Amino acid sequence: MVSVKYRLDARRLLCPLPVIRVQDRMNSMVAGEMLEVICTDPGAASDIPAWCRINGHKILDMEEREGELVIVIEAGKSG
Amino acid sequence: MTIRRRALALISGGLDSLLAARVVMEQGIHVEGINFYTGFCVEGHTHAIRKKDRTRPRRNNALWVAEELGIRLHIVDVSEQYKNVVINPKHGYGANLNPCLDCKCFMVGKAVEWIEKQGFDFIITGEVIGQRPMSQRRDTMRIVVRESGVGERLLRPLCAKNLSPTLPEQKGWVDRDKLFGFSGRSRKPQMALARRFGLTDYAQPAGGCCFLTDEAYSRKLADLWQARGSREYELDDIMLLKVGRHLRPRPHFKLIIGREEGENNFLQGYRHQFIQLRINSHPGPLTLIDGEVTPDDCGLAARIAARFSAGRDAEEVEMLLLDRDGSEQLLRVAPLPVAEIRPEWYL
Repeated sequence: MVSVKYRLDARRLLCPLPVIRVQDRMNSMVAGEMLEVICTDPGAASDIPAWCRINGHKILDMEEREGELVIVIEAGKSG
Repeated sequence: MTIRRRALALISGGLDSLLAARVVMEQGIHVEGINFYTGFCVEGHTHAIRKKDRTRPRRNNALWVAEELGIRLHIVDVSEQYKNVVINPKHGYGANLNPCLDCKCFMVGKAVEWIEKQGFDFIITGEVIGQRPMSQRRDTMRIVVRESGVGERLLRPLCAKNLSPTLPEQKGWVDRDKLFGFSGRSRKPQMALARRFGLTDYAQPAGGCCFLTDEAYSRKLADLWQARGSREYELDDIMLLKVGRHLRPRPHFKLIIGREEGENNFLQGYRHQFIQLRINSHPGPLTLIDGEVTPDDCGLAARIAARFSAGRDAEEVEMLLLDRDGSEQLLRVAPLPVAEIRPEWYL
């Protein structure tokens, strides 16, 4: 069971805006903190993990719930 | 102790910026990427909206480039500040509503702000002299340097040998002999360099990355400005120009008609901003009415919407008109005969 500290609603935003919102949120998070983001743009399923790989963050969970994509991210050291 | 110099690369997602960053990384410079979101980026939006496009593999090319290079990428939302570039371009537009030179000055200027804040040493772009008619000529490249405030901190590694030495070359941070002297519209030198680096899966070199270079899109934006009587826009406006068929049957209103399920779903999200027409009796599009309309206008809009439904040949099509305040009205209309839909209504 993960303990999510922050939640971000990126529904109806088209990529790359969900990535930008995640980036802006995570820039002020410290390593180990978790963010849950909800998106509706299916492109977020590839873009957010790609952005996380580049920036040293970890995807803990990603699932589709009733047409919405819910991604849980753990901030890495560069966050 | 030698200081490891740091450079910021403007990453569009195309081949040139990828190569430019890679060439500088080869010289031991620490490189990070920056990508600007203007609202007009072609990247991904149509794919995200249109259901039929979702079966194609998809990636954000700027992120792909950064991953390929193994560098961090900073994506910056400049959409609000960018309005002034689009609305009042000092150097004018290109073939469509593309303010390429002002855009380049703006982006390099934003990159200057970023490196000064983060303590980076210089900026890299993938520009090549003669590659683009407006923003990548020797004279306009000088304008970019002057108006962005970048001075000698802008290195264009792919055509550096055709230009005067910049700060990183003068200081010996990069070896000018290892840079290139590409020029002109040919893509062959870039493709050869890509092969040398073992890059094969890059985005199509000729692919445009901005809707403003698209003739049909620019026509719709020009129509929006003319109809409103002012050259302004919000992010939602420019998103909607990417979606559906746009028809303006009267000067004071236009219709945005979904072309498939994905677009209909997207347009449905605008229920509180526009009057909507939803066809009940037959499969058909969701239609938004943009403008202040009379009941007669709504009747015409309904007949046009019916024409684009599966009931186009029926005597009557039934639909729901949903007003912005949530009120509903049932309409039964005869689809407008195809001969009465004037070609000039299509934007």
